[in-house]
Amino acid sequence: MGHGPSTEWKTEKSGAFKSKLGLILFAVFTPIYLIFVIMSVVSPTFMASDIGPLNLSIVYGFGLIILAVILAVIYNHICSNKEKGDDACEETEEGVE
Amino acid sequence: MNYPAEPLAIVIFILFVLVVLGLSYWFARRARSASGYYAAGGNIHWGVNGIAFAGDYLSAASFLGIAGMIALYGYDGFLYSIGFLAGWMVALFVVAEPLKRMGKYTFASAIDAKFKSRGVVLAAGISTLVVSLFYLIPQMVGAGALITPLLGLPFEAGVFMVGAVVILIVATAGMASTTMVQFIKGGLLIGFSLGVTGLLLFSGFSTSPGEEGNPLHDLQTIELANATPGNIELKNPSYTLIEEFEAEGMVFVKAEKDNLINFWKLEEDQGILTQAQSIVTQPGQPDLYNGAPKEEGKFFQVGHLSVIDGKDNVQTGPVNLLSFFGIIKEGEVVRWGSQRLYDGNSQATVYYQIPTKGSEILVPGQNFKIDPDKGASGADRVNFVSLMLSLFLGTAALPHILIRYYTVPSPAFARKSTIVAVASIGLFYLLTFFIGLGAMTHGVIDLTNENMSAPLLARSFGLGIFAIISAIAFATILGTVSGLIVAASGAVAIDLAHKTFRIQLSEKKMVLVGRLAAVTVGIIAMALGVAFKNMNVSFLVGWAFTIAASANLPAIIMILFWSKVTAKGVIASIAVGLFGSLVMILLAPETFSQVYDLPASSAPMPISQPAIISVPLSFLTLVAVSLLTKKKDEVE
Repeated sequence: MGHGPSTEWKTEKSGAFKSKLGLILFAVFTPIYLIFVIMSVVSPTFMASDIGPLNLSIVYGFGLIILAVILAVIYNHICSNKEKGDDACEETEEGVE
Repeated sequence: MNYPAEPLAIVIFILFVLVVLGLSYWFARRARSASGYYAAGGNIHWGVNGIAFAGDYLSAASFLGIAGMIALYGYDGFLYSIGFLAGWMVALFVVAEPLKRMGKYTFASAIDAKFKSRGVVLAAGISTLVVSLFYLIPQMVGAGALITPLLGLPFEAGVFMVGAVVILIVATAGMASTTMVQFIKGGLLIGFSLGVTGLLLFSGFSTSPGEEGNPLHDLQTIELANATPGNIELKNPSYTLIEEFEAEGMVFVKAEKDNLINFWKLEEDQGILTQAQSIVTQPGQPDLYNGAPKEEGKFFQVGHLSVIDGKDNVQTGPVNLLSFFGIIKEGEVVRWGSQRLYDGNSQATVYYQIPTKGSEILVPGQNFKIDPDKGASGADRVNFVSLMLSLFLGTAALPHILIRYYTVPSPAFARKSTIVAVASIGLFYLLTFFIGLGAMTHGVIDLTNENMSAPLLARSFGLGIFAIISAIAFATILGTVSGLIVAASGAVAIDLAHKTFRIQLSEKKMVLVGRLAAVTVGIIAMALGVAFKNMNVSFLVGWAFTIAASANLPAIIMILFWSKVTAKGVIASIAVGLFGSLVMILLAPETFSQVYDLPASSAPMPISQPAIISVPLSFLTLVAVSLLTKKKDEVE
């Protein structure tokens, strides 16, 4: 599959920060996923409870997918701001051509 | 089932596949002539790249499998959608950034750079090959499932076509999976899924679905004079009772009318027999579908709501996103189960009706048993947790997933693309639930192959839509298969020859070795595709995820986050994860019943999803062996 060579990205000052942020968001998502799995096994009756025309399983399942997208957006937003901040520092320290 | 060839559909299909392949070839040539593939990549919009990312990830096969599983079991199929997307969280948040900081972008290259050990390269190479092969099987099965209703050819012909086309592509040109081609495929797949969902909501539900000229089969019942098993007597004299069968607490009756032998299921409390469908195989004779050879088309499509809003003769008209679920939840769906019966030399697979409350369709439990009140054992429930674990952990460990993340100009660009990708993949997976439930209730299920549910649903909306969706799915499968074969087999073969066995190859010979390996892998994949014909595609994809999560994930995570990892630890962990999960899969109940044709209860493993055992085992092996071999490695 010709994906081409990986590109060398600019120096990554914020690399460690981004890794940590990733782990934090992972720590947010994982328990919510695990609770879904465990509740489905432990209390199927509760997961079948009505929520209007839907039920808890549908709302939770759709919610997990939507939450994943939202967390990805948050991750991107914070990372982009951080990178902008880093670039600004570089500019004041070293000046721009 | 028997499908007549549809000339219009075939023409549209072939045109579409040619256009996609032509585009792919054109872009590939342009990419080669450009100085450096992504040198011109700066002017690709991140949104385009994001959809391309989704196009890379969404294998048409998993889409067919998910839709098929939802069509038969309801919510249980949707669990795969949830798990596949959740897996992205591991890939994006845990693995992507640190792996990039190591300066590497695949599992194999990362551990190669870290250890420079021939053993590690060999282990990683073998595990990449095995995972790729397991990922290829469902693609081949999916291809067969698409070709059958479209071209009126047997399943094997579809598998053979994909294999042949891919081998041709690989042996002549190699196929660059360029951004624009993946963008077109990804965009079309999502666009048409939206379209089908829209049509589905607009058409609403009916207790007798089916378009004009092709209505749902009118299911019959036979009244009984005596409904006691062993002494069944029929009221209707035009049927002759031949034999009664008992299997797993159910009673089936073989009866004859107008020289056609059919199967029925006893409903003792109602005093009736309900119509079943059957495929009878007997040595030396053609298979009988509902008592007649396949060509006579006696076998029919099924799937409908028998009760809507308390009534049994209703047409709803257009529904909205919420009432779509509400109507199913308040209604009753006729699902179909299957049971194998043995009668001397002949063997019958009988498909029987299971009227199921709509509310039970919309929670897990029809396929994966989880409720002890409904007979789920402890092993059943562990099996469910194990499945969800392997889907969660598998994505990040698949060899071909993360590559695109690193082939773009900047991290910000990569992330923005990823957001678009996650959002569009998420949307697509939400749509699978509607499409699957639509297939379940619109009389489009072929019981002999549930993977065809989504294409058959499209066909109920018109041949043109059907042909285009099939073409997109087929082209996507072609892309995935050739990409996987080129990337995995070619690269691994060269890696192994080069780094492990230290064979010096000229550039020409390297290409030759790569192509030979690709052809070999292609042929193996075709054979396996035929062998696994009857299995649900997403179930098979789930196995690829299990093997990837067991063999590769512990090594990836520990290399990134634990400084004491040794080469021997990695080798041991890959070996234990790979062979452990593989052996457990080969001994699993589901493999026994669906691949070897043996009773599931004779399988030595209690569960079909081994991730919950094999992943921790692989982690423990890595830690233990690393600690034991620590000193030796330092001395070296």
